[in-house]
Amino acid sequence: MNTLSAPSAPTVRYLPEGDSFRSHMAARHKKGTLWLTIFQAATLVSILALTALLYNIINQSFGWVAVRNQVEPEALAIEGTPLEELSKEQLITILEAYISKGVMRRLESEKPFSVRSREDVYQLVEERVINPEILRSWPLADSLLRRSAIHQEVVETFPGARLQFRAWINPQFLRAPQSANPAKAGVRTAMLGSLWIVGLTILVAFPVGVGAAIYLEEYAADNPLNRLIQTNINNLAGVPSIIYGMLGLAIFVRGLEPVTSGAIFGLSDPTTANGRTVISASLTLALLILPLIIINAQEAIRAVPRSLREASYAVGATHWQTIWHHVLPSALPGILTGTIFAMSRAMGETAPLVVVGASTFIAHDPTGPFSKFTSLPIQIYQWTARPQDLFRNLAAAAIIVLLVLLLAFNAVAIILRNRYRSKRREG
Amino acid sequence: MNTRYALIRGQRPSSSAQAALQRKPRWHEMAIQGFLFFCGALSILTTAGIVLILGRESWLFFRSPEVSLREFLGTTKWQPSIGQFGIWPLVNATMMTTFFALLVALPLGLCTAIYLSEYASERVRSSLKPVLELLAGIPTVVYGYFALTFVTPLLRGILGRDVVEIYNTASAGIVIGILILPLITSMAEDALNAVPRSLREASYALGATRLETAATIVLPAATSGVAAAIILAISRAVGETMIVAIAAGAGPAFTFNPFKAAETMTGHIVRISGGDLSYDSMDYNSLFAIGLVLFLITFALNIVSRWFVQRFREVYE
Amino acid sequence: MTAIHVLTATARLAPVQALAAARCESDCALEARQLSVYYGAFRAVKDVSLKIQRQKITALIGPSGCGKSTFLRALNRMNDLIPGSRTEGEVIFEGCNIYAPGVDPVEVRRRIGMVFQKPNPFPKSVYDNIAWAARINGFRGNMDDLVEQSLRQAALWDEVKDKLRQSALALSGGQQQRLCIARAIAIRPEIILMDEPASALDPIATLKIEDLMHELVKNYTIIIVTHNMQQAARVSDYTAFLMMDEDRAGYLVEYGPTDEVFTNPKDRRTEEYITGRFG
Repeated sequence: MNTLSAPSAPTVRYLPEGDSFRSHMAARHKKGTLWLTIFQAATLVSILALTALLYNIINQSFGWVAVRNQVEPEALAIEGTPLEELSKEQLITILEAYISKGVMRRLESEKPFSVRSREDVYQLVEERVINPEILRSWPLADSLLRRSAIHQEVVETFPGARLQFRAWINPQFLRAPQSANPAKAGVRTAMLGSLWIVGLTILVAFPVGVGAAIYLEEYAADNPLNRLIQTNINNLAGVPSIIYGMLGLAIFVRGLEPVTSGAIFGLSDPTTANGRTVISASLTLALLILPLIIINAQEAIRAVPRSLREASYAVGATHWQTIWHHVLPSALPGILTGTIFAMSRAMGETAPLVVVGASTFIAHDPTGPFSKFTSLPIQIYQWTARPQDLFRNLAAAAIIVLLVLLLAFNAVAIILRNRYRSKRREG
Repeated sequence: MNTRYALIRGQRPSSSAQAALQRKPRWHEMAIQGFLFFCGALSILTTAGIVLILGRESWLFFRSPEVSLREFLGTTKWQPSIGQFGIWPLVNATMMTTFFALLVALPLGLCTAIYLSEYASERVRSSLKPVLELLAGIPTVVYGYFALTFVTPLLRGILGRDVVEIYNTASAGIVIGILILPLITSMAEDALNAVPRSLREASYALGATRLETAATIVLPAATSGVAAAIILAISRAVGETMIVAIAAGAGPAFTFNPFKAAETMTGHIVRISGGDLSYDSMDYNSLFAIGLVLFLITFALNIVSRWFVQRFREVYE
Repeated sequence: MTAIHVLTATARLAPVQALAAARCESDCALEARQLSVYYGAFRAVKDVSLKIQRQKITALIGPSGCGKSTFLRALNRMNDLIPGSRTEGEVIFEGCNIYAPGVDPVEVRRRIGMVFQKPNPFPKSVYDNIAWAARINGFRGNMDDLVEQSLRQAALWDEVKDKLRQSALALSGGQQQRLCIARAIAIRPEIILMDEPASALDPIATLKIEDLMHELVKNYTIIIVTHNMQQAARVSDYTAFLMMDEDRAGYLVEYGPTDEVFTNPKDRRTEEYITGRFG
């Protein structure tokens, strides 16, 4: 390109003009439209994929089930009075007639029949005598679209069974503990376990996380050690959660077993002596969400205007007074939002808890930091992993519970933030 | 409140002004600062803990006569019950699920990001972005459920039940792709959005179409930000556990067939540690050796991703 | 019509209006007719009509916020890219209204180029900054020649001939701006719009840009927005003075040959502005 004819007026006219310009333009626009279609299609597919996720859960948590009763309720009617209207005494006679003396005695020793309410006895009749068993379930879409085919199928394959529309998520599902019978199983234990774990996690992670953020934003000088801390926190945020599970297994469950099993507090009982307790799970999750809390809190603190700090220093406040009275209150909405975001993360974590040692089956509610535990996501995982379809329905219902809890968390975060903001503005 | 007034009173130069202006040690402030430093330093302890634990157990693992580093990295059979510890089946399965995840998430994520950043109206963008963030918050076990009860039956329906096994890496990989989709979209969109408007205007003023502006000006200008998003997403895919634990299969298998069951590194750790595991056994130690490999891979990916982010910031911030 | 009225007022054309219109067809590169621009409900430019003379430099002056830049951006449909903006009226270019339905804004911008207030080279090499523009527009000639020619016309060749492959971001601000001009002329537009092209530059770089404009006007029609009246007086052949009314909408006060506008303004407001007695 060193030699060139006199570069003067725009003589080179290699650019398309007239008709050739027009056709060139048309081709470019065609290409543009084609790609726009591709971009739109991609966006649509993304949305569809995510909609399918939600559809699938709803689809699995409602639908027809084929139920067979061991004894039909109609057969239990006494002298034309339907079962629902029988008195407590009549219900007890039914119980005595249908179940063995041994079981009767056990029920009596659990709670004497004389003090049981009628509803209680009625429930016993339902469970022990009628004893409905779910034979098969159909997802919602099938239930709505293939109604007659399903009826046909039930008549042919499950004689004596009845079709019933079942919402797998129902009040009984929320109240009942875990059970091997899909018709009776519920998520109470798992829900309480999740709440215990998340509560303790936040109790540990919130002060430490905010403390670390204050240190990094307000105190840390720009030296290699502090830079290392900052880089390290950013890197920790990207470590797979299962690695934290292994850390928790080695340190909290195994290394600190006397503490986490409650033994040194004299609280241990044989079932929890192995350190696979709520507190181990909470400490593990606390380490996992610390980087998230720190990074969010740092951003919130950084957003506090410099002028506010200077105003505080100018009236003779110390560094800590400035932070405590001015910086933190201003940054609090941001810190809280970040914390609740981290809490949601802890709520949904599964893998580290499996590694730390969630129990596969507990029917007793957790009562404190040293209880054995299970949690909602663990429960979902276990139900999903079972081959029977009915447990898939339970898993779907449990997923709805989990998602509703997460949504509630986030809603609280938003409300809290907005209220706090308007308050500060008024004040 | 009280401390503040007390301190102000205390600072009044009552005796001698000289003494009042002298620096006094504020013990409780120092204690607070000490606590805050501890909070910050805890992160270092965490990392040190991870490295130490993984390192120590791995060391015990490799020191035992039954296994050597050469066998670990050089053979293709993982069967602890008969003393065979070749990590490749696990690594291979991880690579397969990650590959499928990227196959789904890269084109969809990038196209969606470009659409949102360069084409969509403000209304569409501001309603779709929160949806993306919400979806990024769904627990992975839910995605696992989706893989097993929706995607797998779908694949089996399309390709035939004898081709696709109930547990397979393809379905797990596809769903991991859906999982990292919001991550890629959101980060890539941020990067595209950070490209200054003036560049777009320059491009339009030269007679470029929207596509030409997006593809040859905005996207190249945002390369390092987009690259950071992709690498972070790979790291997430490699470390993803619940989806593979539920949908990919239980049992290490060295296969390149995506429709067959295979167990990834994370899937293996979760399955073995979820069962009855006795400490100081080969099984227990082997998990930490796998964990170490996993940690090193994701750590390296995260560092590369941060490096790209840094480079992107240098140009535009 | 206001446009004709204004032009006859310049006394450059024959007093007969019909004749004026006829002559304009050959001398007029661009004509705005009752052009209004809205941002949402806000009217930024109100009913501006004026005819831009071919191969002359026309300066748009006026107090800041009077809609000069908005008006300029309306001349090659750059405002289309701002969400919520809307244009009324017509801009006649080569006998057709660029806002008529069916007109391709991409083609409009290819033929009416633009240089912005802040230099905005692409984060590519110096060479690619120019080559890219030509390539997307279907250039089929020798790219090296085109790059050299464009850079020479922009009086930048000697300064950058050894760093064609370096990033354009490494150039100085003045060089970057001249690169943007080189980039604009590489695709041979008929008109170049310049939006305060020297406001971000130091006096020496400004001088170079002004010299360059004098060179370019031999081949191109140039419309420049400037807040600097000395600059308008130095470089332009025609000057349009815009002001804003009480609703902050910009409107045209006076338009004519620069000499006349500056030495013998017809309108009291122009005089006040030029002599500095105004806002």
